[in-house]
Amino acid sequence: MSAPAVLAAATIPDAVTFALAAVICVVGALGVVLMRNPVHSALALVMTLFGVAVLFVEQDAQFLAAVQVIVYTGAIVVLFLFVIMLLGVDRRERVLADTFRGQRVVALVLGLMVLAEVVLLARTRWTTGAHSVAGPLDGPGSNVAKLGRSIFTTYLIPFEVTSALLVVAVVGAVVLARRPGLGEPSGEAPDEADGASPVGPGASGPGAEAADAEAADAAGAGTAESTAGAGAAAGAGAAVTR
Amino acid sequence: MSVHASWYLTLAALLFTIGAVGLLVRRNVLVMFMCIELMLNAANLTFVTFARALNDIGGQVAVFFVLVVAAAEVVVGLGIIVAIFRRKVGATADDAHLLKG
Amino acid sequence: MIGSAHLAGVVGARLVAASGITIPHIDYTAILPELILLGGMLLLLAAAALSPRPLPTEAYATATVGLATASLVTSLVLWRDVTDRGPLTTVAHSIDVDGFALFFLVTISCILVVAPMLGAGYLRRERISGPEYYVLALISGSGAMFMASANDLVLVFLGLEILSIPLYVLAGLDHRREASGEAAMKYFVLGAFSSAIFVYGIALTYGATGSTNLAEIGAFLARNVVTSDGVLIGGLGLLLVGFAFKVAAVPFHMWTPDVYQGAPTPATGFMAAMAKAGGFAALLRVFVSTFPSLRSSWQPVVFVLAALTLLVGAVVAVVQSDVKRMLSYSSINHAGFVLLGLQAATARGVAGSLYYVFTYGLVVLGSFAVVSLVGGSGEDRHDLARFRGLGRRQPVIATAFAVLLLAQAGAPFTTGFFAKLYVVEAAAAAHSYLLAAIAMGSAAIAAFFYLRVVFLMFSDAGAAAPAGEGATARAVEAARPAGIEPAGAAGGSWVPEPSGAVATMVAPVTRSAAADARSVSSGVVALDVSGEPPVATSPWILAGLGICVAVTVVFGVWPQPLVEFAHQATLLF
Repeated sequence: MSAPAVLAAATIPDAVTFALAAVICVVGALGVVLMRNPVHSALALVMTLFGVAVLFVEQDAQFLAAVQVIVYTGAIVVLFLFVIMLLGVDRRERVLADTFRGQRVVALVLGLMVLAEVVLLARTRWTTGAHSVAGPLDGPGSNVAKLGRSIFTTYLIPFEVTSALLVVAVVGAVVLARRPGLGEPSGEAPDEADGASPVGPGASGPGAEAADAEAADAAGAGTAESTAGAGAAAGAGAAVTR
Repeated sequence: MSVHASWYLTLAALLFTIGAVGLLVRRNVLVMFMCIELMLNAANLTFVTFARALNDIGGQVAVFFVLVVAAAEVVVGLGIIVAIFRRKVGATADDAHLLKG
Repeated sequence: MIGSAHLAGVVGARLVAASGITIPHIDYTAILPELILLGGMLLLLAAAALSPRPLPTEAYATATVGLATASLVTSLVLWRDVTDRGPLTTVAHSIDVDGFALFFLVTISCILVVAPMLGAGYLRRERISGPEYYVLALISGSGAMFMASANDLVLVFLGLEILSIPLYVLAGLDHRREASGEAAMKYFVLGAFSSAIFVYGIALTYGATGSTNLAEIGAFLARNVVTSDGVLIGGLGLLLVGFAFKVAAVPFHMWTPDVYQGAPTPATGFMAAMAKAGGFAALLRVFVSTFPSLRSSWQPVVFVLAALTLLVGAVVAVVQSDVKRMLSYSSINHAGFVLLGLQAATARGVAGSLYYVFTYGLVVLGSFAVVSLVGGSGEDRHDLARFRGLGRRQPVIATAFAVLLLAQAGAPFTTGFFAKLYVVEAAAAAHSYLLAAIAMGSAAIAAFFYLRVVFLMFSDAGAAAPAGEGATARAVEAARPAGIEPAGAAGGSWVPEPSGAVATMVAPVTRSAAADARSVSSGVVALDVSGEPPVATSPWILAGLGICVAVTVVFGVWPQPLVEFAHQATLLF
């Protein structure tokens, strides 16, 4: 689709879908920021994520819409809720305290800057006449096939590199989840102490969910590479938990 | 004919702003973290919108990678949060006072 | 510019019959340094998982040093190839192996050679077992390498994350100290925030130029004049903000002092060296090589960033009484100097930045290693007062620290001098006289707090602390000869046989200090600051420190090879 303003040409169903999804997104986003209770914030986040998924479908990104729902709402938000429940939900936060100094000023300036960008984008003159490099979006074939083709050709190295990211996630989660202070240090004792204790109750959460998130990614891609990454990651987990 | 890309971009910018401002004004670490997810989603929406506008699959592939990164970040981030707050009660950033300065 | 002439030769394609997808040709030798680090990391994990008994931390350190050395050698071999046959690009133009990338690959490998040596002693002292520190360091290094050789913004972003996420975890490695966890959290939240900003920047840049590939973006911008460039400039700005967070440029530095202070000290050194190497690699490549046509837009912004970074880093460091905080502000100051080269945006400027990043990496690693040693078990006392009289108690450590601090201050006969000289010279050559003046002013301010520490170390343990302006001025006067002379002497004796000389010099000290440490540090640390806290050195730390000091002094006295390397790297961009 080219630059000229075609808003007028939008069909009624499309316009209505967009308007509804946009309202859901914005209300959800405001909910995340304004809700006192973190559980409510997480649920508001789900709202925004679903809204964005709808907008993905509207823009011919069916696969991403599915992944958005599976990975984000299925794994990430569940993980958030899990941690909230683990830590307890009845926490009061002091809204007036400033940890990072001058933060409100920064927030305001940043907000204004991005708002300026909004105005800029709304002027509809952003198009620079750039052409497709990674391959066309329309044409024959399903969205998944085109996405997969691009991932395994143009974006092969980034795709391979994500396996390192997954290893980091697992190693990191296991390192952080190790329970401190088991067995007071005396010589080589901590090694045994750590080895003897299974990962703590809170610890199993992130680790397990991490595997879930990755499994979702791997399944989404449907490839051996990711699974290899996840497998390596699982090995990493085993190594560190020991 | 669907809605023009500008509307999507504006919506994405709005989500990004809400996320950024939310991150800076909220004190609850988990909510700050959710705000980061909002910002990433805004970026994803921008990518998908440009992908359609440019008729280029590249933008959608980028979203795919951002999703992977988001998943990895969430795992490590929540791991850090759990590691800290298992040790003490209170999940607000105010409790992180040792390094204030 | 990105060696597109060589594309055709390298990107031979191979058909996969079943799927009909043409997998791009992968030149495995071109990405061998990264593969060595990642593969070695997996082997390390496997070894840790399969070995019947927990391996000592030194075993992992040895393996890591070996891997880093292998990657260093590979990078140098690749460097020879590239100088012979020109830069090459592989895997569908996503990876660029040019002089610029290889300079950073060498830098990162060097950091990875030294970091485990400096970390091993700390890990043993704090009784943190397991391969995690080394594994995370290796992954982080590979991320930085991908950033340096990435030719695609998506790969830059992934490299950034692979660099950063292990650093978040490293910051929180020490479970016993609350400050460590807080540092991890603060670093994580602000790091993820900056990543989100960075991604949004990529999205806008993609929208404006139609690609995430840096070569394609550069070609697009070369072919077209972008008239309504709001989105492009916005994207560029957000990219710059994301990078500025990573390299800790003012005003995006607020996380730095807290995180550097709270993180385990060797991890702090690693973080400072690695994050700056990776961050500046991508920053320089993206801005200088991809967006030269928009220079008039981003140069003024970088000017302001550099000026603020130089001034705030130097001025705020003066009032710090904690050495770790002081060094973290000084690292901000150094970031300003590297930005000087970016602002110049000339070959000279970039070469200066490269040289600076290399020298700074080793200097900062060594500095934080000494701070870790002096801080002692428990890692919570890094007061300036603790360094008083260190020259008498631990002459070798104190001398090494003095050399490293003088290098940071930019004293002659250290790499720091030439690093500062080249970037300031490049700034002046690019007619940024104001910025060059600011840089020199900030260097003068910075020299004060470095020399203060040097003076403290070599002053008498009983001497009164300098109080008031007059006293501090006198302190600087007194510190000058006290500091430079040991450095000169050290330079003289260490140049011929660096590591060996250090090793022989320190061997007796090591033994007695280790004995000291065994008797004292097993109990509760309840030492008087004015007393003589034990400094538990280990051969590992001394070797690592020896390398840092040797490189600093050798290339300070004889900078030609390194300068040549940086210059060549810029030519083969």
